Amino acid sequence: MTVAAATARPATSARFSPQWLSERLSRYILHIVVIGLTAAWMVPAVGLLVSSFRPFSGIATSGWWTAFSNPTQFTFQNYSDVLAQSNLGQSFFNSFMIAVPATVLPVTIGAFAAYAFSWMKFPGRNWIFLALVGLLAVPLQLTFIPILTFYVQQLHWTTSNLEATGIPGLPWVPLWLAHAGYGLPFSIYLLANFFRALPSDLFESAEIDGAGTLTVFFRLVLPLSVPALASLVIFQFLWVWNDLLVALIYVGGAQEVAPLTVNLANLTTSLGQGSNLLTSAAFFSMIVPLIVFLSLQRYFVRGILAGSVKG
Amino acid sequence: MASVTYDHVVKRYTADVTVVKDFNVEIKDKEFMVLVGPSGCGKSTALRMLAGLESISEGEIRIGDRMVNNVAAKDRDIAMVFQSYALYPHMSVYDNMAFPLQMQHMKKDEMDKRVKNASRILGLDPFLSRKPRALSGGQRQRVALGRAIVRSPKVFLLDEPLSNLDAKLRGQTRIELQKLHRDLETTFIYVTHDQVEAMTMGDRIAIMNAGILQQVGSPGDIYDHPANLFVAGFIGSPTMNFVPVTTSDTTAKATGFEVKLPKSVPAGKGTLGFRPEALTDRPSADGSLEMKVDVVERLGSDQFLYGQVGSDQVTARVDPRMKVDPGDSVKLGLDTRSLHLFDSQNETALF
Repeated sequence: MTVAAATARPATSARFSPQWLSERLSRYILHIVVIGLTAAWMVPAVGLLVSSFRPFSGIATSGWWTAFSNPTQFTFQNYSDVLAQSNLGQSFFNSFMIAVPATVLPVTIGAFAAYAFSWMKFPGRNWIFLALVGLLAVPLQLTFIPILTFYVQQLHWTTSNLEATGIPGLPWVPLWLAHAGYGLPFSIYLLANFFRALPSDLFESAEIDGAGTLTVFFRLVLPLSVPALASLVIFQFLWVWNDLLVALIYVGGAQEVAPLTVNLANLTTSLGQGSNLLTSAAFFSMIVPLIVFLSLQRYFVRGILAGSVKG
Repeated sequence: MASVTYDHVVKRYTADVTVVKDFNVEIKDKEFMVLVGPSGCGKSTALRMLAGLESISEGEIRIGDRMVNNVAAKDRDIAMVFQSYALYPHMSVYDNMAFPLQMQHMKKDEMDKRVKNASRILGLDPFLSRKPRALSGGQRQRVALGRAIVRSPKVFLLDEPLSNLDAKLRGQTRIELQKLHRDLETTFIYVTHDQVEAMTMGDRIAIMNAGILQQVGSPGDIYDHPANLFVAGFIGSPTMNFVPVTTSDTTAKATGFEVKLPKSVPAGKGTLGFRPEALTDRPSADGSLEMKVDVVERLGSDQFLYGQVGSDQVTARVDPRMKVDPGDSVKLGLDTRSLHLFDSQNETALF
C-alpha cells in the first residue's frame, strides 16, 4: 500500500505541498535545537580552551571572547608553567593507580551482585534491592566522618601508616574501597536492570544444556552485557578520574599519592593566584577521559541481542 | 530412547491456582506425541515439568523407569527446542550447537563429529561460522533443532517450534520434523496450539483444556470419535456444527430438521454434532435439511456454505461444482454415520 501511494503521488505536487513544508520545517527545527544545545554545552569548554592560551593579565582583565581581536597575545606560557610547577607525571600515574582499581572493583562486584538480584531466587531479594536503590539517594558526604573514624581508629589506616609498610599501592586501598562502595549501588542498579531484560529462554536453554550458574554468568550474561558494562566502566572511570573530594579526604594531598585533581587544585592558592594555570591543567586532565570515552563508545551501539530470540 | 510417563501430575502455583490437574499420560518409546490445546491450558507447563524447568507439585514423572521429579534438568537426558529458539546470540552456529557438548566436557573430535553430523542432517553446513542474527527465521529454527540433536537425548521436547515461522515455511518444516523423527527414532513430545500441526504430525494427540487432559488418541480416532464437546469443537476446521436437539429413542429433533440416530438414546435434551463434510448435496431419507445460505466461500478444492438451518448456525462443506449463491435455500443431506451426540449436562459424547 505504501508503495502504491508513493508512486501515485506526482513529484511536482509533492514539493512545496503543506505536508512537505511541515516535514522540512520540523526537521530543520530539530537540527537547530540539537546544534544549539550542543553549542551551549560547549561554550564553557571553548572559553576554557581560549583562556588557557592567554596570559594571566589578559584573563584577569577581559572576557575570553575578546581575545580574538588581538590574536598576538596567545601564549603557551600556562602550559609550560603547569609542566614546570606541578609533578604531572607522578600525579598522572597516581590517578591511574586510583582510577583503574576503583573502576574494576565496583563493576566486578556489581556484576556478580546484579546477576544474583536478577536471576537467582533468595528470600528478601526485592527488599534488599529496594534498599540498595535507596542508597543512591544518600549523599556521600554523609559517610566521610563515620568511615574515616573507622579507618583511622579501628584499622589505623592513615596514609602515613600505610606508606610506612612500604608495600606499593597500599596507601590507596582506603580510597579504592571507598570508591567501590560509592559506585556499587549505581552499578548494581544499572546492571541488574540490564540483566533482567535478557530473555529468560536463554537461561532455561542453558540450564537444560547443562550450564551451571557460573558458566551462565561468564559465558552468557557477561558477553551479552558488553554495552552495559562498557557504559558503566565509562561512568565510573570518569567519576573517579574527575573526583577531587573523595581523594582529598581519604589519601590527602601528599605528592607521592595524590591524584591529578588534587595536585592541580594545589596550583592555586587560596587567594586565587595561579588560577590561570588551572585552565591549561584542566586540558591536561581531560586527555584521559576523552581517550576512554572515544575508545569505549562504540560498545554503546545497541543490537548485540539481535537474532537471539524470535524470527 | 525411552518412554515418558506422567503419573497423576499436578502443578499448583498457589493453593487456588492449579494449572495442571491430575495429568496422566503414557508416551511410548519412539512415539511422536503432540500436546495440544488453547493457550493457557497447561500444555506448556506439562512440558516444562518434564524438562525440569518447573517443579512438580504432586504426582510423578518418569523417563523410562526412572522417576525424574528431583533430577536436575541437565541430567534428565532430554533436549528442548524453544518457541523463541533461545539461541546464544554471541556465539556462532557451530558454537551454539557445540555448547551442550562442551558442558558435558566431551572430547573435541567427538564433539566436532557430532556437530558436523547434525549440521549435515539439517543443511546448516554453509552457516556454521555465522552468528544467529545473520540467519533467517527458518535457519535459526534449524540451529535450535541441531542443538537438540547433537546431544542424542532420550526425549525431544518441542515447545511450539513452528509458531514464529511464516505459513509456507511452517508447512515445509512440519514435513522435515516428521522425517527427522523417523530418522532419529527418538521419543518426541511436541506442544502446539495449532490443531493442524497436531493432526498432521502426531502419532498420538493429547488434548488439554483448562489444565485437564480431555482425550488421548490417534489423530483419526480423535477426529472421528471425540470424547466430549470441547475436543469435537477444537479439532477440525471449519469447526464441527453443534445444534441443540431434543431426543427421543432414535430420533433427534432440532429447530429446522429431524434426523434418525444410529442408535437409541434416552429421551431428553442434547447437542447434536456433525462435521461440515457430513452434509452433502444429495438429500437422504435418514436426514436432510434445508439451509438458508448467508455466505459462500469457494476455495477451489472446497466450497464452504455458512447459513441458517431453522434458528441454528450451520457450516457445510460441499462439492465445489455445486452452484450456490448467498441468499439461496439449498436442500442438503446429512450423513447419519458421522453424527455425534453430546450430553447437555456434562458435555461428554454419547456416541
